[in-house]
Amino acid sequence: MSELMPVLLALTILIGGVAGAAILTWFERRLLGVWQDRYGPNRLGPLGIGQVLADMIKLLFKDDWVPPFSDKVVFIFAPTAIVVAMMMGFAVVPFAPGMMIIDVNIGLLFFLGMTSLAVYSVLLGGLASNNKYALLGGLRSAAQMVSYEVFMGLSLMGVVMMSGSFSLVDIVEAQTDVWFCFSQTLGLIVFVIAGIAESHRLPFDLPEAEHELTAGFHTEYGGMKFAMFMLGEYLGLMLISCMIVTLFFGGWHGPALIGHWLPPLFWFGFKVFIIICFFVLLRAAIPRPRYDQLMSLGWKVMLPITLINLVITGAVLLWMEGAA
Amino acid sequence: MLSELRTIWEVLKHTFTKAETVQYPEEMPYLSPRYRGRIVLTRDPDGEERCVACNLCAAVCPVDCIALQKDTREDGTWYPEFFRINFSRCIMCGMCEEACPTYAIQLTPDFEMCEYDRQNMVYEKEHLLINGVGKYPDYNFYRVSGMQTATKDKGEAQNEARPIDTKSLLP
Repeated sequence: MSELMPVLLALTILIGGVAGAAILTWFERRLLGVWQDRYGPNRLGPLGIGQVLADMIKLLFKDDWVPPFSDKVVFIFAPTAIVVAMMMGFAVVPFAPGMMIIDVNIGLLFFLGMTSLAVYSVLLGGLASNNKYALLGGLRSAAQMVSYEVFMGLSLMGVVMMSGSFSLVDIVEAQTDVWFCFSQTLGLIVFVIAGIAESHRLPFDLPEAEHELTAGFHTEYGGMKFAMFMLGEYLGLMLISCMIVTLFFGGWHGPALIGHWLPPLFWFGFKVFIIICFFVLLRAAIPRPRYDQLMSLGWKVMLPITLINLVITGAVLLWMEGAA
Repeated sequence: MLSELRTIWEVLKHTFTKAETVQYPEEMPYLSPRYRGRIVLTRDPDGEERCVACNLCAAVCPVDCIALQKDTREDGTWYPEFFRINFSRCIMCGMCEEACPTYAIQLTPDFEMCEYDRQNMVYEKEHLLINGVGKYPDYNFYRVSGMQTATKDKGEAQNEARPIDTKSLLP
């Protein structure tokens, strides 16, 4: 049974991830509707959930066109890369005690590596399309990812220092008493912003910026290949939310007094849900920054904050060690 | 930075506001009587066609969607032999209604005239003509105008003086 458990869980995540991403498209539209004083898709089925099915059928029946001027092999490969990378990232997420596919001692690094691999998808998609808008989108995403990758990793080092491990299970266990969102607030802020940039969601969706670049890197994509990009984006959103909960909001631990009333899996799911709602709220509220603003925010604000956070965390830890 | 946080808070407050959307097919919007929608041809209180085929509506129409042909009745009054409005061109500007000297052509509060076939958007006189007076219940063009008809002579219309005999010197 214990041998079979990871396999079953992997299948569950695979199916649940795809279904979750599909439902998330609908959920996001409804939530945006709430915040923009309208309804969003509410026609098909109860609460409009049938919209998911309708979109899926529509995308399946679209002409699977590969532009004759594109680099065909890379063009077809690019959308799969992001989905595969994001799915792999879920392998190390601890949903509940004992409920994870694999507990590696470098779980955090594995997650960072997988999200970095997703950049290739955007980059190659933009490059292979042989279209100037797509190329500009790919170019932007390359620069954005490179600069935000730097302090995305660095912002997590505070967490690693406090828990003394790269294993995500150890990190969650270290938050049994106090969640890291209280002790690592700066790290949390930086990680959230870097996470949005990493999954290129709306405040930081410069690679696709529909007003400037039509659709950026996926201008030439359509049908299921486009759906794969979207699937990857929503999987990325879910993965980032899972990681924020794992690293900063105590993973499966419930809040102090009422935590033991409900199962750990519920608390994990609930917190991920809240974080996803917050991401949608950011999309509804914050306009997209200009490209140079994005870059200067990254290098001139976020990186110094991260380094300051690192220095303070290190100093406090050393001081406490000396005091003990 | 502060303005961004304030924006997030202001948007979050909209969680508790009602949606502005009108759920159209179930929930009909109120259209005022002056709404400029589907065009009709009205009749006067006696039940006769008001249109005198003067062609002013067709002349003023900015998109040239009105076509009509004048014909004469036995009593000398005019009427349109055919009256055709191409609603696939019509922009509901209401200039035909303003130009009409007899209040015959009127716009109504109805906009639901979708068709699958474009040709069905062309309305003939039988489709346009209604069995009513529209917005002007008492108006009858031939009663107020000096036009001579079979039932009344010149000067017999409402608020009209007898014509002056210009050949005579007597007042």
